[in-house]
Amino acid sequence: MNGIRVAALYPDRMNIYADRGNLIFLQRRCEWRGLGFELMLCNEEKDLDPDATDLIYIGGGQDRDQIEIATDLVERKQASIRAAIESGAAVLAVCGGFQLLGHSYTLGDRTIEGLGICDFETRREPGERLIGNIEIEVSGLESLGGPGSLAGFENHGGRTYLGPEARPLGRVLKGHGNNGEDSTEGVQHGRVIGTYLHGPLLPKNSWFADWLIAISLTRPGEPLPELEPLDDQLEIAAHENARKACRS
Amino acid sequence: MRADLPDKRARLPWGLSLAVARLVRAIIRASGRSGGTTLPGRILLALRPDAIERLADRIPGGSIIVSSTNGKTTTAAMISSILEVSGREVLHNRAGSNMHWGIATALLDSSNLSADAIGLFEIDEAWVSRLSPYLKPRLVVLGNLFRDQLDRYGELERLSDEWAAMVAGLPATCSLVLCADDPSVADLAESLPSGEEPIFFGMEDRSRALPEQSHAFDAKRCRRCGGTYRYERTFIGHLGHYSCSQCGHRRPTDVQVVARSVRLDGLAGSQFEFDTPSGSASVDLSLPGLYNVYNALAAIAAGRALEISTADTVRGLSETAAVFGRSETIDLAGGRVSLLLIKNPTGANEVLRTLVDEAGPSGALDLWIGLNDRIADGRDVSWVWDADFELLAEHVRSVTCSGSRAPEMALRLKYAGWPVGRIAVDEDLGNSLTAAVAGSQGTVYALPTYTALLDVRGKIAGKGHADEFWV
Repeated sequence: MNGIRVAALYPDRMNIYADRGNLIFLQRRCEWRGLGFELMLCNEEKDLDPDATDLIYIGGGQDRDQIEIATDLVERKQASIRAAIESGAAVLAVCGGFQLLGHSYTLGDRTIEGLGICDFETRREPGERLIGNIEIEVSGLESLGGPGSLAGFENHGGRTYLGPEARPLGRVLKGHGNNGEDSTEGVQHGRVIGTYLHGPLLPKNSWFADWLIAISLTRPGEPLPELEPLDDQLEIAAHENARKACRS
Repeated sequence: MRADLPDKRARLPWGLSLAVARLVRAIIRASGRSGGTTLPGRILLALRPDAIERLADRIPGGSIIVSSTNGKTTTAAMISSILEVSGREVLHNRAGSNMHWGIATALLDSSNLSADAIGLFEIDEAWVSRLSPYLKPRLVVLGNLFRDQLDRYGELERLSDEWAAMVAGLPATCSLVLCADDPSVADLAESLPSGEEPIFFGMEDRSRALPEQSHAFDAKRCRRCGGTYRYERTFIGHLGHYSCSQCGHRRPTDVQVVARSVRLDGLAGSQFEFDTPSGSASVDLSLPGLYNVYNALAAIAAGRALEISTADTVRGLSETAAVFGRSETIDLAGGRVSLLLIKNPTGANEVLRTLVDEAGPSGALDLWIGLNDRIADGRDVSWVWDADFELLAEHVRSVTCSGSRAPEMALRLKYAGWPVGRIAVDEDLGNSLTAAVAGSQGTVYALPTYTALLDVRGKIAGKGHADEFWV
């Protein structure tokens, strides 16, 4: 157990909702525990190395950035992303990045092809953007105890509809979720996680950040390691305050 | 939230509607309550949706519009000061109420103006394109576009498209001032009807370039072709000297108002020299930071458009005092508070850089940060992770995090490397600021978001230490 290697996809362009907060959070929590943290920045020119990646991260971007990176993602990085997942890497995809895990994203008369790693599609439909504080209840994550709560902020024009093969990351307690209708939020497929929650997500939910670190330190089937506990008073207070914000 | 102007039906006769709105304003002022800068205009627009257009038409000297993500309030204050020095009467929404209700409230004073009086309106960047057709401006000053309140404004690209449509629809007699160093603002020149030329302003003091591109960088891609901008240097966020690697679109070459030899002196102020086609001059600003030099350049360019003399412009700038919570210092029993509004990553970074200057190489400051999440602040507080609080980590003697999202602020500071033992959390804005002053070495540097600023300033004013602000 010596550390984790994180590939951040398109950090220059897919970073609209303070996505670097997620990476800073993982890095510090690894360092404080004496675990290594290696960050590879993979923009258009650079592919990721599937044999040297434990966690793939992709954040959200403006429409134009998302449309432009989608081509590179699907045509040039798809093979290595699939190979990394095949060999047990975890994926955290937030907002625009989450949308690209599915089959497609339709904006008006234009359809962007996604990676199709998870069974869902996203459509920009007439109507307001789904914006606000959100809390979801998460259950069934690999080797995770009872349900946990994730709190954050969502801001998306696209509505995501899960197919029969997909399971949501969680159930909406407060907020809109995937489409504002069916109470599902995000997607979860083995170690692949997609969600609309930013805020950023991990600083507001340190337990989830630690779960990601733990699965990134292992391969599927191996027992999850016990992580050294940290003084998380501020982290817990921030989580509770973000939950409270959903109700104010 | 975006709301369009209400429907067009008038509900009361014109004279009576004005009388009702003025009465409401008088009652609010007499009662000492807040709301005096928006509620009268709100009532007026409900009674008379045509009020802004009708009142603006009455201003003898026409109207000036100022908008940008950062610096619009200060830029408008500078232009106001320049106009006043030159002997003009100014009708100005100086309290910073800058959406339709605030503009309508300010316009209540448009009767009985002197024959050359001029209207000066700082307008919210999402509202400006909708209000411009009603105000029919003679001059529009556009500063910068940074990421800010994505939950309210949406994505930046949509905002710059709205600005382009506004510029295309400006009256033929209207002058336009644009920041040359912000690609998405400079490119608005393309939207002007052919034959019209804007006045560009920009930074030429290359020694002020940032050592590296900051994380909060909002114009990486060319608006015209989607190519990557190459920057020779940046000064603030994405403001700098750029060219597109693909189509060759570059910073304008005909920048008429430029700053050189900039000297920054912490919170005490700044000095710079500027060149215009009609000569050069030097300015002493009592406002800190490179961002205020940019604001001053915008005001100098506006002065040129209005044909005001360089001498009056320089005097107007040097007489501009800090506006409402923008490096405003207030004396309190037991110490003083320097109020520095923060509201988005780039603005916060400039405040943090100024404080690093203020602290000196080995100095440490007493700080207070008020993070609220009301609509005017942006409900989404994730932006604090885009701001570089790391810059100040070595200069913290104490810090209190306050406001409705105080715990999230404290967490951000912990991960920015601020000493955890020096971070206190107290959500009560007023009490925590009083306590911070009591425990300080004399000065507390207070960084509130917009509604936190209104709240603490109201509390300080309530104790008689700061002037009340009315339109």
